[in-house]
Amino acid sequence: MTQGLGTSKESKKLKKIKKEKIMKDRTEGIWQIIWRRLKKNKFAIFGMVVIILLSIIAIVSPLISPYNPYEQNLTERLQPPSLKHLCGTDELGRDVFSRMLYGSRISLSVGLIAVLIATTIGIIVGSISGYFGGVVDNILMRFVDIMLSIPTLFLILMLIVFLGPSIFNVMLVIGLTAWTDLARLVRAEFLSLKNREYVLAAKAAGAGHFRIIFRHILPNALSPVFVSVIFGVAGAILLESSLSFLGLGVQPPTASWGNILTSGKDYIESAWWLSFFPGFAIFITVMSYNLLGEGLRDALDPRLIE
Amino acid sequence: MINYIFKRLLLSIVVLFGITLITFVIIHITPGGPTILQTQMNTKVSPDSVARLKALYDLDKPLHIQYIKWLKRFIKLDFGESFVDNSPVIKKIIERLPATLTLNILSLFFIFLIAIPIGIFSAVKQDSFYDKTFTTISFIGFSIPTFWLALLLMLLFGVYLQILPISGMRSPNAENFPFLLNLWDRIKHLILPVFVSAFGGIASISRYTRSSMLEVIRQDYIRVARAKGLSEKEVIFKHALKNALLPIITILGLSLPGLIGGGFIFETIFAWPGMGRLGYDSAMSFDYPVIMGVVTIGALLTLIGNLIADITYALVDPRIRYQ
Repeated sequence: MTQGLGTSKESKKLKKIKKEKIMKDRTEGIWQIIWRRLKKNKFAIFGMVVIILLSIIAIVSPLISPYNPYEQNLTERLQPPSLKHLCGTDELGRDVFSRMLYGSRISLSVGLIAVLIATTIGIIVGSISGYFGGVVDNILMRFVDIMLSIPTLFLILMLIVFLGPSIFNVMLVIGLTAWTDLARLVRAEFLSLKNREYVLAAKAAGAGHFRIIFRHILPNALSPVFVSVIFGVAGAILLESSLSFLGLGVQPPTASWGNILTSGKDYIESAWWLSFFPGFAIFITVMSYNLLGEGLRDALDPRLIE
Repeated sequence: MINYIFKRLLLSIVVLFGITLITFVIIHITPGGPTILQTQMNTKVSPDSVARLKALYDLDKPLHIQYIKWLKRFIKLDFGESFVDNSPVIKKIIERLPATLTLNILSLFFIFLIAIPIGIFSAVKQDSFYDKTFTTISFIGFSIPTFWLALLLMLLFGVYLQILPISGMRSPNAENFPFLLNLWDRIKHLILPVFVSAFGGIASISRYTRSSMLEVIRQDYIRVARAKGLSEKEVIFKHALKNALLPIITILGLSLPGLIGGGFIFETIFAWPGMGRLGYDSAMSFDYPVIMGVVTIGALLTLIGNLIADITYALVDPRIRYQ
């Protein structure tokens, strides 16, 4: 039978669609292509929507939080969740929901700033190492090896204890320890890009090292960096919450998701809501960044052409 | 081969040296320190006695002299004495090592026992319902905060169902139990910590196995194996699996620092008296010799793990040796 072949009218239509698609592809910029591919991944879009919502919540939290997050009310200590207190109250009678809304500011800002620091260091070390090669590369990469062999969490713990726990130090320390993977990534990109013709052309035209690195090679090495930044935010949020949980991050009375969980552990026998809700918030946030990162990686992967 | 091992060994020594140097510099140049902890609570302490305290710990000497002094003792495996209770650091670490090793070896064992079959199965049945389920679970594994998972399990099994203990290595009166009951008591205390520390590892190793397996089963020699009429079982387990597991050996080596260093979070939660807990306590009390000891021993274990992984890799994959 002629199943699947279709009539000539249909095939004409198909040809027309194909032609339109090709024309569209030609006029699309790189960001449009990425967006079109990303859009098809519903998990990535879910992640993106959650991230946008959380960012909005973080910005407007003082306007929407039902209670003052610092206001203690000892007559309402350790109340279970109810319509009055959506996520219950803590051991000082503070509203957990309001504290979580304020805590989202901490998580997101630590995530973003720590990753900004890590990305800057990672790009600089990775491009210098990959571009110059030789002794410079050897020294920098051995340093990366050393950083990777010290258990990261312990290094962070040590730095925080010795610098003193504060939100600023948490951002700084996570940033200073999280750049190694990115440096390796950028280095690998540079190794494969630095002998391309367009780099040779730039050299022949008399461009300096600085200009070649930042104007010619780096823009072409950015797509893996982009993906790693998104994953990096997820990692930094996890680290900040672990540190705050251990009492080494954001200091009370400032609320962060991690330090609400500390009371959760202390009152684990009597107040499950103190452990459940903040942890769930961390989990959803981290997962959203991971989903978006995974989606972006697929969208940027030239091997997966539709 | 011997050349290769020698090169790797030399590199490991350089890395170990670097780790001790970086740690040493970090703990000495940062503002916090043992003398601050002992004197800040007491305003009557004179600058004179602070200086004497520093002299006692050799903290008044230049940094490089202190480091060389430490290095000289380290070569004899002498890490000095704890600032807090004056007991030898090496003794403290040896006391804690069994607890950490039990936990890590058990969780590594379960990671590989569970993750590899899941990875193979997901790859062989790519895009099936099972594959998608495992993908979802491993995604949760990547994203869930370890300490939250620990708290949830403690809530469920310890507080509500009351079938598992939530902290410590054994019940307070366990020595008086008969042997089997004592053993069961130990196992019960291990279940939650091992599960929590293995969960993330299972997620990542099963993903690595899956992608490695997917790459291998598209190779020509697998098509040849199928073409000559081997059963699917033989193709997968005899031809594909061996090659797919190669990269996993390296992953095993790389996952060691995470297991050892990440330990202190759940060792703190479960009140597990291991090295991570010792490191945490020593950092909190600025106990320099113990911090140096814990970092060095941790790094040593990691480097040995990496070295074994590299050598095994070279043994099973001749291509590495001739590079």
